[in-house]
Amino acid sequence: MSEVNGPSERFRLHVNGADREVVDAFAGASLLNVLRDHLGLPAVKGACEQGECGSCSVLLDGTLVCSCLVLAASATGREIVTLEGLTPAAGLSDVQRAFIEEGAVQCGFCTPGLITAVHDLLDRRPDPADADIREALAGNLCRCTGYGRVFAAVRTAAAWRRGEAETH
Amino acid sequence: MGWDAGDIVATMSVTSPDSLDAALAALADNPAAHVLAGGTDMMVELNFGRRSPAPVVSVGRIPELRGIDVDRSARFVRLGAAVTFSEFLASEAASQAPALAQAARTVGSLQIRNAGTFGGNLATCSPAGDTLPVLVALSATVELASRDGRRRVPVEEFMVGPKRSALKPGEIVAGVTVPIIDGWQGFATVGTRNAMVIAVCNAALVVDRHDRSVRLAMGSVGPTILRAPEAESVAARMLFGAEPTSARADLLVEFERRASAAVSPIDDQRSTADYRRHAVGVIARRLLDRASREMP
Ligand SMILES: Cc1cc2nc3c(=O)[nH]c(=O)nc-3n(C[C@H](O)[C@H](O)[C@H](O)COP(=O)(O)OP(=O)(O)OC[C@H]3O[C@@H](n4cnc5c(N)ncnc54)[C@H](O)[C@@H]3O)c2cc1C
Repeated sequence: MSEVNGPSERFRLHVNGADREVVDAFAGASLLNVLRDHLGLPAVKGACEQGECGSCSVLLDGTLVCSCLVLAASATGREIVTLEGLTPAAGLSDVQRAFIEEGAVQCGFCTPGLITAVHDLLDRRPDPADADIREALAGNLCRCTGYGRVFAAVRTAAAWRRGEAETH
Repeated sequence: MGWDAGDIVATMSVTSPDSLDAALAALADNPAAHVLAGGTDMMVELNFGRRSPAPVVSVGRIPELRGIDVDRSARFVRLGAAVTFSEFLASEAASQAPALAQAARTVGSLQIRNAGTFGGNLATCSPAGDTLPVLVALSATVELASRDGRRRVPVEEFMVGPKRSALKPGEIVAGVTVPIIDGWQGFATVGTRNAMVIAVCNAALVVDRHDRSVRLAMGSVGPTILRAPEAESVAARMLFGAEPTSARADLLVEFERRASAAVSPIDDQRSTADYRRHAVGVIARRLLDRASREMP
């Protein structure tokens, strides 16, 4: 049994492959709040704080969730991966490159959540049909780019994974 | 939004027991503690200051609450309370309770289905909860556990009002048992888009060939999930009676009329009561129409 007491008790999270000490978060804080404001991972965006927009999407034990709906202090002992953890040490991931290639980024606020969701989709389903893409991204709201270019980016990243050559 | 200093309560604590007994002991010691599973309902309330911080017992990782069992000879599916919608959909249980799978697949988005649980949907007990009409139509049984023991409650008795359940202090939902039906079952819902909607109204229809019964359960059209016995008897006549095929269209219309007459919806920001009453009759009729065509 693990226990976290009091408004500012310490707890430890496993984030992007490393143990991270959380020293000054409140026990009621969301994982979004802790990742962003305490552990300095700004790819985790906070917008709606009610699970509607997907900007704060992270992988929790390999499963895509909204970090705003995870109680941070309950995530001890679990494997947390943010977009920072999906980005190679040098360069960009194939999904990130595909978003650039297809112009799927406008204001950029929803982009980290979308890219995290696309990594999750392509890892589960390397060759998704359009209906799969729509269902997988239904929880990520974009209000300026629109979804056409995002869907194109998913198809492009899937094509690269099938071995089709990158064009740039 | 979020936390400010005024919200902080020094007694907030988070306990993550690794067994059901430990969780029940923790709750017995502190009956005011909040049970946390996937967090998809509770965290919204916490983030928006609608739930005051309190000690939390986190049950989402307890192995005894995460089991999915399919017993084909005893003809039931059992889902542990902490089973997520996604885990259920990926399991063989989904094909044994197809209407429940249809409902689970309409919940929120992938992110919500990956975190949200059956126990949380039951305990929240929203009249719009998508699994609830299906569980009612399937005559599911809710298992409750406390340090004092276990009890089993029909889901219709578990729901006592809007957001009010039969859960007692110190008690948690341990799981839900769903009969495997020989017949037909389906779920339908009305909302403004395919994903991420709270139902304007929803409905489940179960046709049980074994006892020649039909059960219609409707959500978001009353304080709890509502059955419609008078509509059900029309459906049973249509599917199992000696009615001529020419009577089919009239029976469908009569079924729709009786389904609409059985509800007591309210006006709110999602819909008017009038539209709900109309729409729930329409989806009920479509379900019966599909059942009559698809039943082998
Ligand atoms: C963006 C969004 C979309 C949603 N869409 C839908 C939808 O389409 N359809 C739908 O039905 N719901 C929807 N919901 C609501 C929610 O996802 C479901 O009700 C879900 O089943 C809640 O489960 P949970 O494990 O996340 O509950 P939690 O948030 O962990 O808990 C919810 C409540 O249940 C209690 N509880 C949880 N588990 C137990 C237990 N085992 N025993 C006793 N009490 C328990 C908690 O104390 C709390 O009061 C949505 C929520 C969000 C944020």
